[in-house]
Amino acid sequence: MAVGDLKSNNYCDFIVDRDQERCIQCQVCVRQCPYGTNIYKEADNIVVSDFSLCTGCHRCEAMCPTGCITIRRNTSEFREHFNWKAADIKNVYKQAATGGVLLTGIGCDKDYPIYWDHILLDACQVTNPSIDPLREPMELRTFLGRKPDTLEFEEKAGKISLKTELAPQLVCEIPILFSAMSYGAVNLNFCEALARAAEASGTYYNTGEGGLHRTLFKYGKNTIVQVASGRFGVDKAYLDAGVAIEIKIGQGAKPGIGGHLPGEKVGKEVSLTRMIPIGTDALSPAPHHDIYSIEDLRQLIYALKEATDYTKPVSVKISAVHNAAAIASGIVRAGADIVAIDGVRGGTGAAPTMIRDNVGIPIELALAAVDQRLRDEGIRNQASIIAAGGFRNSSDIIKAIALGADAVYIGTPAMIAVGCTVCQKCYTGKCPWGITTNDPYLAKRLNPDIGTEQLTNLLKAWAREIKEFMGAMGINAIESIRGNRERLRGVNLSERELKILGIKHAGE
Amino acid sequence: MKRVYPKEDACINCKLCEVACLVEHSETKDIFKAYRDVPRTLSKALVEEDGPNSISIQCRHCTDAPCIDACITGAMQRQDDESPVIVDREKCVGCWMCIMACPYGAIQMDVRKKDKHKVSSKCDLCPGRTMPACVEICPNRALFFEDRG
Repeated sequence: MAVGDLKSNNYCDFIVDRDQERCIQCQVCVRQCPYGTNIYKEADNIVVSDFSLCTGCHRCEAMCPTGCITIRRNTSEFREHFNWKAADIKNVYKQAATGGVLLTGIGCDKDYPIYWDHILLDACQVTNPSIDPLREPMELRTFLGRKPDTLEFEEKAGKISLKTELAPQLVCEIPILFSAMSYGAVNLNFCEALARAAEASGTYYNTGEGGLHRTLFKYGKNTIVQVASGRFGVDKAYLDAGVAIEIKIGQGAKPGIGGHLPGEKVGKEVSLTRMIPIGTDALSPAPHHDIYSIEDLRQLIYALKEATDYTKPVSVKISAVHNAAAIASGIVRAGADIVAIDGVRGGTGAAPTMIRDNVGIPIELALAAVDQRLRDEGIRNQASIIAAGGFRNSSDIIKAIALGADAVYIGTPAMIAVGCTVCQKCYTGKCPWGITTNDPYLAKRLNPDIGTEQLTNLLKAWAREIKEFMGAMGINAIESIRGNRERLRGVNLSERELKILGIKHAGE
Repeated sequence: MKRVYPKEDACINCKLCEVACLVEHSETKDIFKAYRDVPRTLSKALVEEDGPNSISIQCRHCTDAPCIDACITGAMQRQDDESPVIVDREKCVGCWMCIMACPYGAIQMDVRKKDKHKVSSKCDLCPGRTMPACVEICPNRALFFEDRG
């Protein structure tokens, strides 16, 4: 709170509604708020709150032993104006006071259409039987990587064997992977929980561009190592440690711009892992300085394949942008085994608010366009597609798979599973839930043992639900629904939208 | 015997263990009444903090308990080796020898009484409960109630 800055003091976003009748002055809320919102006044033996500091994370509310706290939106309203919403007005105040770029975390919070909510799934009735997933085996196993154009077999001494040499594949027991979240942006406790949950669930987590902490090398079999424009933490041991390598070109939350880890978050361990001096800002360039064309990308893909003896699939991750389909086609032709596409609702630890909210396109449209383009060009088999950015539940995921994704990346749901309340203040480095912070006092709040359980439970629950959807559709293997848009119908969508999504309207 | 073991890496200094302990040892076991009692019950669990490090300290119920040896009145006692060390508040004269002897700093002075009667205050592992209150409330699994021999 700046002295004399009445606007930011009084036009606060949240109100800490404390029932003083129920408050026992135990000060748990005082100790739990990293922003100093709750203050104990010893002389009066009372706990009060400075509303201007509250970010609406609900940590105090969750921890209060008497339930005396309710976090409410500040209902004080500016004069109604269709163009000038409260958030717009407050943003101008903030920038007029600081001259800075507005920062935020998590993914786009604007009300662009969520196409998942306009797509409905099919089920079997009478003429084709549904399957009970509790009684019959259901197959969610997914292979990610380049598939051959044709298969050739040879017969030796009466035994038939495969002659075609298969490209390296990632075997996922469930088609859900943890998306790239770098050590530094999130802390080691969360990285460890992701790694252990991936191991327990037979799937993978992604290191992001933060390198691989030495204590996490043992989870290599469930690790996708990322090579981003900053090349932080990349060396031979790092590339060898994981089972796949991902080249990050773009990220859904901030297409076209690089990552930014403030120097305050670069402590000793982050410095060692990223291979940069302590306290320096870790700024990833917006582009890879050695990639200015598909040909350049091909060079990096093959350099990485060469470095790892062609034993690991190489993925290329891009933001969902206007020309995603054409770009994806180039990526596949450049030799990528997996194309990851991150939609506009994809999350981040820190991004300029205006970029996050206004750049990119929804994953639903990008995914449908990319899948269709690769099919039309006859190269869909040459790469798997991982869709990312905004998945909220198992139905979003099965719809994505029916639209053409081989698997999906989840980031925000993984954070929510360990306590995140989507307060969007990740960039402050003070995450009250101990996720996007390296402050040892706060990071302890994420106990990796509990986090592993929560993440494993989430994947287990979603896998069960996906099996229920499949059973209802009379399908017993996820392969049978992949790209099967005939099992999707749109509601409340225009002709144009239906055409891009490649689905019929409900009733057709 | 089962004892309460803290895990320093997971302690987040919320001090909910102190809240739960206080309530459990209050007369009414009602959180609102317990905090309004005058004098207020003492928590037997105490969270020690130093910067980012914190840890909840309770009586270790040592096999070879120095506090029992040090006690001049026999107030500090235990039934057998498998029982918790408890203090008989009627016998305790407040000489604080147990506090001097305790290697963990897990015993406190209770000087709240209006009649100036001083007694030692310490963890009794919550008789009547299967899980001590502090372990049950800990939101980050920083306390374990286990038999580690």
